[in-house]
Amino acid sequence: MKLIDYLVQNRSEVLQLTLEHLFLVLVATGSASLIGIPVGIILTRRTSLAKPVLAIANVLQTIPSLALFGFLIPVLGPYGIGRVPAIIALFLYSLLPIIRNTFTGVNGVDPAVREAARGMGMTDWQMLTQVELPLALNVIVAGVRVATVISVGTATIAAAIGAGGLGTYIFRGLRTVDRTLILAGAVPAAAMALLADLALGSLERILSPGSGGTIINRRRWVVGLGALVIIAGLVAYFNVGVATSGARIVVGSKDFTESRILSEIVAQTIENGTDIKVEQATELSGDLCHRELVAGQIDMYVEYTGTAFTAILKHPPISDPRTVYDQVKTDYASLFKLEWLQPLGFNNTFAILVRGDDARRLGLKNISDAARYAVNWRAGFGQDFMSRKDGYPGFVQTYGLRFSEPPREMDLSLSYQALANHQVDLIAGNSTDGLIEKLGLVQLEDDRHYFPPYEAAPIIRRDTLDRYPQVGDAVNRLARRITNEEMRKLNYAVDAEKRDVKVVVNEFLSK
Amino acid sequence: MSQSQQSEPRSGSVDGPADAVIQFRNVNLQVNQKSLVEGLAFEVLRGETLVLLGRSGSGKTTTLKLINRLLDPTNGEVCVEGTSTRSWNPIELRRHIGYVIQDTGLFPHFTVERNIAVVPRLKGWPENRTRERVRELLQLVGLDPGMFANRYPRELSGGQRQRVGVARALAADPPIVLMDEPFGALDPLTRAELQREFAALTKRLNKTIVFVTHDIREAYTLASRIGLFKDGHLIELDTPDRFASSMDAEAQAFNKSIE
Repeated sequence: MKLIDYLVQNRSEVLQLTLEHLFLVLVATGSASLIGIPVGIILTRRTSLAKPVLAIANVLQTIPSLALFGFLIPVLGPYGIGRVPAIIALFLYSLLPIIRNTFTGVNGVDPAVREAARGMGMTDWQMLTQVELPLALNVIVAGVRVATVISVGTATIAAAIGAGGLGTYIFRGLRTVDRTLILAGAVPAAAMALLADLALGSLERILSPGSGGTIINRRRWVVGLGALVIIAGLVAYFNVGVATSGARIVVGSKDFTESRILSEIVAQTIENGTDIKVEQATELSGDLCHRELVAGQIDMYVEYTGTAFTAILKHPPISDPRTVYDQVKTDYASLFKLEWLQPLGFNNTFAILVRGDDARRLGLKNISDAARYAVNWRAGFGQDFMSRKDGYPGFVQTYGLRFSEPPREMDLSLSYQALANHQVDLIAGNSTDGLIEKLGLVQLEDDRHYFPPYEAAPIIRRDTLDRYPQVGDAVNRLARRITNEEMRKLNYAVDAEKRDVKVVVNEFLSK
Repeated sequence: MSQSQQSEPRSGSVDGPADAVIQFRNVNLQVNQKSLVEGLAFEVLRGETLVLLGRSGSGKTTTLKLINRLLDPTNGEVCVEGTSTRSWNPIELRRHIGYVIQDTGLFPHFTVERNIAVVPRLKGWPENRTRERVRELLQLVGLDPGMFANRYPRELSGGQRQRVGVARALAADPPIVLMDEPFGALDPLTRAELQREFAALTKRLNKTIVFVTHDIREAYTLASRIGLFKDGHLIELDTPDRFASSMDAEAQAFNKSIE
């Protein structure tokens, strides 16, 4: 029931994602049919080519889809993310069933019929168009049907490379462990696959030579196909329409809640402060935001200084926020022609957390204060913190910390609960995590500046900034406006209270 | 299809004997070193029904396919209307020759009407002439046009399908008709009925017919001459009367089978 509520409440987004999904599938299987059917026909004429061509198509089919997407990113360069690689991958997957079914369908025509056609003096083209193709049509449609169903499923994974579609919900749901969201993507996708299967299955039956398909059935089919083509056209027109109408920039976001909130903040700020339309490209995982920005597929996104410094520029971690910001600003300008705008204020780094009552009772403000009590404490840390260069080993060394027993390694989200329930006494969380507020925890200040800074700041392409300088001005009004506490509240509202990002951000900006 | 100069020679203006429509001149056909037919040298005369008789795999069907160029000889040549099949445009040649096969090869997605009209339409006949011709042929093969024209092959009995197959082969009024065991898959009663009707039909139509069968009775019912095949060779070619008293062992074996 929660699922139905969700789908109804978000119907415009569900519709948009469904249309995007349909668009990917129709373009991919449509072009695979346009190429695959002629190739299959050629193979029946040049049978020596059949084995190698089918073998290649077979191999393509066995490549796991995530691997294929990953492989296409460097190969396609600036077009490596978004719809283009998604459509190419779906196209490649669709080829095998279509080529194979065309080949077997045409070859499967009764040899007596073929001999009669030749014996009566049909040319090869007449035999193909009047006899072989009509008789093989149902088998060919069966191939298209298989390809379509595969594509509907595989297209959900394309959300990982920013192609949109119903997979967006699935990935979002997997990340936030939200079953309703996963279902909101999976159920419509499954319904689409079933519908495609049923529709093409009935077309297949009507077309089978022994079926006695009536004119009315066929006519109904022509109407249905026409409607589908019109829908695809509308989707395409809608997409192109957005792309060409007026000033427009694209803001990207990574695949976690905070990044999504920040892109919404930036987007609403721009739309409130200028007359530029903003589009958002969400759920970009790994370093896709950076790649898309460099490639010009998006115009800006919010990055963390520490991530840019260590993960993208590959510098060893350092802890002074000013130095890190200045360094990434200089390097990005010279290396990528990208501009860092003013930091938004908060610092999303490791947060050393204790219970609020402990902090008040013992008067703890910073980590050094806690060092002398630590010998009686137990600590719980996430796997990430235990293994990172800028994590546990340097941390205990810098502050000379000793605990009553070796720290327990546990899932990050569990460690919050463990702290609140007095199973451990100190944990390393994320400084902007909404749970800090919720559970009444206190973050101890990193008074020896051990943890590298992860200040959030928008990055924008220089050519975009030159074209729309008002965007830079508008976004810089956000400088130092979002504190750690405010970011925690925003995260909490979206993650824990499941409130809509747009609404939450709108409320925040109205204050 | 463009009509090249040599592709439609006028019957009669031939360099062989005036009444030889098809001539085999020392024809061999080998496929993968295996000889399918060897040393074929015979003629088919205008208006006759030549029945090629023999066991399965003796080379009868191969011989038939050499006439409409579904196969090309390895050596020697086959002449149709005085012109070597190699010089014929194969498409024109085939539209000039009717062709009936055992499995009929009717197009399952075409109605009876469209099946019969295939060659006239390939030849670009006007539509009303084609329709008229289809009605005429259905009547000729004993099927009521009103009842059968719009049926699909799957809605016909085996015998009806063969009648349609014959009508289709005759549609564009070809002077030559090749028939490859057309009645072979029918039950004995239907087969006998069709053989009788077909024998009467051939007398009226004055076509040159080459008819392949392994059924000696059928050969006697239809043939003006019988050619006997064995292991890719034509070993006997004679009128039914003389064939009945042949001294050849294979011919005697066939004749004995109906005593």
